Amino acid sequence: MNVIMNRSGTELTVAVEGRLDANTSPELEQKLDPALEGVEKLVFDFEKLRYISSSGLRILLTSMQRMGRCGSMTVINVSSVIMDILEVTGFTDELDIK
Amino acid sequence: MKEFETTALKDNLPEVLTFVEEQLTALGCSKKIIMQIDIAVEEIFVNIASYAYDPQIGPAVIRTEITEEPLSVIISFVDSGRPYDPLARPDPDVHLPASERRIGGLGIFMVKKSMDDVSYEYKDGQNILTIKKQIDG
Repeated sequence: MNVIMNRSGTELTVAVEGRLDANTSPELEQKLDPALEGVEKLVFDFEKLRYISSSGLRILLTSMQRMGRCGSMTVINVSSVIMDILEVTGFTDELDIK
Repeated sequence: MKEFETTALKDNLPEVLTFVEEQLTALGCSKKIIMQIDIAVEEIFVNIASYAYDPQIGPAVIRTEITEEPLSVIISFVDSGRPYDPLARPDPDVHLPASERRIGGLGIFMVKKSMDDVSYEYKDGQNILTIKKQIDG
């Protein structure tokens, strides 16, 4: 997994590449937590994400909860395989997907 | 039937996935089905690694079997840890607002949704969780 973060003012874009699984999710969580300080607009770019399990979904959920209190969160460039998972798990109900 | 035994530790997940994926690739599985099976394998193996022997560690055995007509893969996960039926747990409400959602139970829910059959039995001191997925048509 690779994580590329781009901060511009209060906007943070997080591109996650590769596998977001039980072994890689803790690394994303550790990087994301301090990076979210002061962020009002969070964008996850999933263009190169090819796998997400419940441990990755947990990060999406905690990020949604955190941004829901003090900002917005969007997910962009979602592939059809990842979209299937987001649909089955109800994440498409509330997640802003572009 | 093929069998792979390893210590039930999260760090061993890549080896387990390699064992399963090699067989799926040889069968010409689509990427989507490989990912669904990968996720199921991860969720089940990580559950065993996290809870079956906690705080000790112990072994897990993964058995794969291919059946014909329709071409399907059957994967069993066997551990000798404390008896636990993950299927007995109620499904999470995935349509609650994000602020009220809990992540617990989502992994096994994904397994149930993506596999054609999921079954559990406790036999001779072993938890045996078996998933089945049709891989063609």
